[in-house]
Amino acid sequence: MVFVPGNKDSEAGVMPPNDLVAKMTAFNAELVKAGVMLAGDGLTPTSQAKRVRFEGGKRTIIDGPFAESKELVAGYWIWQVKSMDEAVEWLKRAPFDGGVEITLRPVFDPVEFGKHLSPEVRAEGERLRAELERQKKS
Amino acid sequence: VIEAAATRAAVDAVWRIESARLIGGLVRIVRDVGLAEDLAQGALVTAIERWPETGIPDNPGAWLMTTAKNRAIDQLRRRKLDERARGEIEDVPAAVFDLEAAIDDDVGDDLLRLMLVACHPVLSSEARVALTLRLLGGLTIDEIARAFLTPSTTIQQRIVRAKRTLTEARVPFDVPRGEELAQRLSSVLEAIYLIFNEGYAATQGDDWTRPELCEEALRLGRILAQLAAEDPEVHALVALMEIQSSRLRARVGLSGEPILLLDQDRSLWDQLLVHRGLAALARAESLKQPLGPYALQAAIAGCHARARTATETDWQRIVALYDALVEMTQSPVVELNRAVAVSMAFGPAAALELVDALLGEPALASYHLLPSVRGDLLAKLGRLEEARRELERAAKLTKNDRERALLLARARACDAQKPS
Repeated sequence: MVFVPGNKDSEAGVMPPNDLVAKMTAFNAELVKAGVMLAGDGLTPTSQAKRVRFEGGKRTIIDGPFAESKELVAGYWIWQVKSMDEAVEWLKRAPFDGGVEITLRPVFDPVEFGKHLSPEVRAEGERLRAELERQKKS
Repeated sequence: VIEAAATRAAVDAVWRIESARLIGGLVRIVRDVGLAEDLAQGALVTAIERWPETGIPDNPGAWLMTTAKNRAIDQLRRRKLDERARGEIEDVPAAVFDLEAAIDDDVGDDLLRLMLVACHPVLSSEARVALTLRLLGGLTIDEIARAFLTPSTTIQQRIVRAKRTLTEARVPFDVPRGEELAQRLSSVLEAIYLIFNEGYAATQGDDWTRPELCEEALRLGRILAQLAAEDPEVHALVALMEIQSSRLRARVGLSGEPILLLDQDRSLWDQLLVHRGLAALARAESLKQPLGPYALQAAIAGCHARARTATETDWQRIVALYDALVEMTQSPVVELNRAVAVSMAFGPAAALELVDALLGEPALASYHLLPSVRGDLLAKLGRLEEARRELERAAKLTKNDRERALLLARARACDAQKPS
């Protein structure tokens, strides 16, 4: 998964210049043609975002915009590649500039994740699913 | 040493991204798959030698192409010089000029041409699979050998022989259009689906699935869907593979045992792939009615994908889709699958009649799923002794260790159910 950080323009809802849009569209087309891109989107400014804060039993809703926009995601891709090296090689071809840093992070394999759960947690998951199934049948 | 390893990994990544385009471009120019691959490999070797010192160039694909092209020109020049020395030919510069001009043509057609050639009907399906993974997947001989649990030397020979066959058969390198293209594409689809299936239900060995082969097949299918966007069956095959892949992680239990469709934890299904699969299916359905064989299979897979629980499955629609598929393919394997759907829609007795009618079918004589399905139906009908025998027979026939264990467990379960 590839995370693109926000900046002043993305927060102000200013569209990138036309030539950058054209370059990004061409880059996306390359990804699709290579069978690499599974999904990808740009996100709206954090003025349209909300946060939910969890503390004890309390949930507090906080409205955007949020100040630390550079640490917030303004867009993402999901790529299917053979290795991190391949993902890096693709990312190097993206039309970014100006010192922006783009983060690549492998997605956890849920099966591997499942292996790390304790047997009790796994059994509880099984029980919940069986219960759901039962409720749907009745 | 660390830096060299890092560069090597980066070179491999570049190769994975660029090799098919590179070989495709070279095939167009030199009109010989073997020579094109040699030139591309030569460029790769040069990159492996030089890049650790020079760093990876900004446009590595263009660098590889230029390097390969220069080698091609060198070789051609040398050959022409030899021929001239023997008084056979005069004009070196013109030939080189043509070569330069030929280089920046349409990349899409290059890849499509390469796929069509690698899957040409003169080749056996084994050869098509190996050549496709090699030329379009950018896999090494060892990777292909590991994926198919076959010795590297066998794969190597298979590829060498395939390239020789293509040269000897003087296979044309034009990209056909219309009906001829559809026919040639069907041979490509078959190879891609073979690769996928070997990953989805490994016919041999101790792993039930090999997801990396599924991913490779999907990648090839997605590439092809861009190259032949008007072909309904291409989108249908992609839909089928996306939907089946969505279940990969639900298909294997924590200790590696297979989990059958109706027993799977559907919350593990990858909804992104389901969504992509249903979108590709809609595309295929909009391009052609009545549905072709891959579209029918994708539609069946779609029925399962849409059912939130096994009990919500629309079995009657699945039976109807199988009816159409049986009529189209006349395949006993498909008839067997239809019988399974019939048992879910109309009960095991109706299904058993269909399965019994297949018992004399020579194509199914050593197919482990015939006694496996028959055993299940007999068990459902309470004929446990016969069921156990069928499941044990199925266990003897399968070559996959995980599947054998599952079949034997089901056979034992028949014994446990028997009133003592």
